[in-house]
Amino acid sequence: MTPIAFDTSHLLAGGLVLVSFAMIYQNRLQALLRTFALHAVVLSAAVAWQAFTQSAEQLYLTAAIALVFKAIIIPAALRRIVQRLGIHREVEQVVGTGLTMLAGMGLVALSIVVMLDVTAKAGAFAREDLAFALSVVLLGLLMMVTRRNAVSQVVGFMSLENGLILAAAGARGMPLVVEISVAFSILIAFIVIGIFLFRIRERFDTVDLHALDSFRGERR
Amino acid sequence: MNNLAVDLVLAVPALAAGGLALLPGYRLTAALNVLASLVTFAAAVALVLLPRPAPGNYLMVDDLNVVFVVLNCFVGLTAALFSAGYIGHEIETGRLTPVYVRFYHAMYQLMMFGMNLALVSNNIGLMWVAIELATLTTVLMVGIYRTHEALEAAWKYFILGSVGIALALFGTILVYVTAQPVVGEGMPSMVWTRLIAAAPGFDPAPLNLAFVFLLLGYGTKVGLVPLHAWLPDAHAEGPTPISAVLSGLLLNVALYAVLRFKMLMAAQPAALAPGPLMIGLGLLSVIFAGLMLYRRRDMKRFFAYSSIEHMGIITFAFGIGGPLANFAGLLHMAMHSLTKSAIFFGVGHVAQIKGTQRFDRIGGLTQSHPVIGWGLALGILAIAGMPPFGVFLSEFLVVTSSFARAPALALILAFGLLLAFGALLMRLNTLAFGEPVGPQDPVRAAPVALYLHMALVLLAGIALPGPMVHWFQTVARALG
Repeated sequence: MTPIAFDTSHLLAGGLVLVSFAMIYQNRLQALLRTFALHAVVLSAAVAWQAFTQSAEQLYLTAAIALVFKAIIIPAALRRIVQRLGIHREVEQVVGTGLTMLAGMGLVALSIVVMLDVTAKAGAFAREDLAFALSVVLLGLLMMVTRRNAVSQVVGFMSLENGLILAAAGARGMPLVVEISVAFSILIAFIVIGIFLFRIRERFDTVDLHALDSFRGERR
Repeated sequence: MNNLAVDLVLAVPALAAGGLALLPGYRLTAALNVLASLVTFAAAVALVLLPRPAPGNYLMVDDLNVVFVVLNCFVGLTAALFSAGYIGHEIETGRLTPVYVRFYHAMYQLMMFGMNLALVSNNIGLMWVAIELATLTTVLMVGIYRTHEALEAAWKYFILGSVGIALALFGTILVYVTAQPVVGEGMPSMVWTRLIAAAPGFDPAPLNLAFVFLLLGYGTKVGLVPLHAWLPDAHAEGPTPISAVLSGLLLNVALYAVLRFKMLMAAQPAALAPGPLMIGLGLLSVIFAGLMLYRRRDMKRFFAYSSIEHMGIITFAFGIGGPLANFAGLLHMAMHSLTKSAIFFGVGHVAQIKGTQRFDRIGGLTQSHPVIGWGLALGILAIAGMPPFGVFLSEFLVVTSSFARAPALALILAFGLLLAFGALLMRLNTLAFGEPVGPQDPVRAAPVALYLHMALVLLAGIALPGPMVHWFQTVARALG
């Protein structure tokens, strides 16, 4: 890999981590959805760059799926859902933004230390790509844990999944990446349709998962 | 790889799923559902008898998975039989409409396809996709009643299952990255048989990390504490045939995936020993579920916690390792699968008679409904680990084999078993004996599936057939 190719993919993968951080401190749903669209665009660029440097044509398809499906269709659908269901614009957080950011930094440091240590024998690119990807995955998990609102949990899940696609695209010559990204897209489509179909106001007064907890059988 | 039996095990459910989605009439589709399951089961039996084909890039048949394929297709068949009667009742009471039933049958076969594909896949990527498919179909079926509780259970299952599946994918990618320098770029590095052959040359450090992700990811599906939160809700709110299949089969399939990767770890001596991690999660599940059993008021939720406990026992047994504990673990997987699905068949009949799943509104079943009542009582006695049932044999083997290796851990396990035993007997007493409580309409469907399962469990407990013992022993040795 030439230095410029290495640096570019480094930049794009690092950019994805940065956008993940930006998502953590968004406390309004519409802004969160816009930031997620940016996340998907950066992922798409990173995957396309991998397709180019590895001369792996099928990865262009993965990049296209990320661009069309995750950067355009899903955010638009979620935005409509937020408007239709009249969800609060503010995102309820379990802990404050500052603490979440600190935890996020800790997670990134952890994943870099663990990954660089564990993959000491692998190529420099694979190591850093995996370290960035794990950071994105952990930040996505953090977001799912610290948000109570179903829509922002879904966004957290999608950003987690972007990290997985980044890892898969960076693993040189990995087969089935396209199939896996299609499988994930179907999964996400199901989640979004699920929110839309089942979380309509007649059935649930809120999409706040915390409120739903009280319906659990044991507290009936 | 070309083999008619393997093709049939996959093609029949896949085609049946398409066909059942199109056909109207619940009686016809229920009968076809049973027929498709019967053909799949016949193909699975043929898989055992026919000579094994050489493993290909995508599929394979070996001693380990053939056990699970047969078990999977058998319980799939009996659950389809039970489901036919169950669905008839649900249509009559109006809880399900014919359109939903059509969807239900299609999803049932699609789930069988996903599970069979996961079992016979020789490719870690394909296995991941198959388990995702099986999960997705069960999520849809858990939410089929569309009540508050059912939707919430399905949503929770969906989110937790997705996180689990995401972690498992990260582990899968890490395995590929580890294998790629040794096995080569592209497809070969995802083929399980090639991975296991080349495993001694792998770099142990990333393999360790991969296993942690895979254990947590697929462990969510197995329902190991602390990743179990979806399991009781999904069991309690979905249709009962699905609870039976979830407990009896899907948990096993996820555990099977963990076992495959455990074998990979065992093939690289420098890698982390998977034992302690699995023992820890297993014991935690046994103790936690044992304690939780006491406070359950919902019948299906209660038995869901019992499934967590038994998955903990099995994980513990495989964590201890060695031929004897592995043998016990495999036997317990089969016994738990048969017994727990039998219990859910009984519970399904009871819940339909009484119109509730709450313990305080059900009682005296052996007086009001002797056939169901005694069947369920036998099932509860069996799952509690009473001799002469097969569960007793396997639990006894787990405890004794671990006493020889790690006495302190075996004591903790025995404590957990006693906890669950107490809770099960307490509930057995109110459910089966005393004055009948609640509606006493006669049952219409005969509990054939329940008694068939219990007969098999009893047979295994009294005299495990010689070929079965030999088969389990071979697999137990291969598991390392």
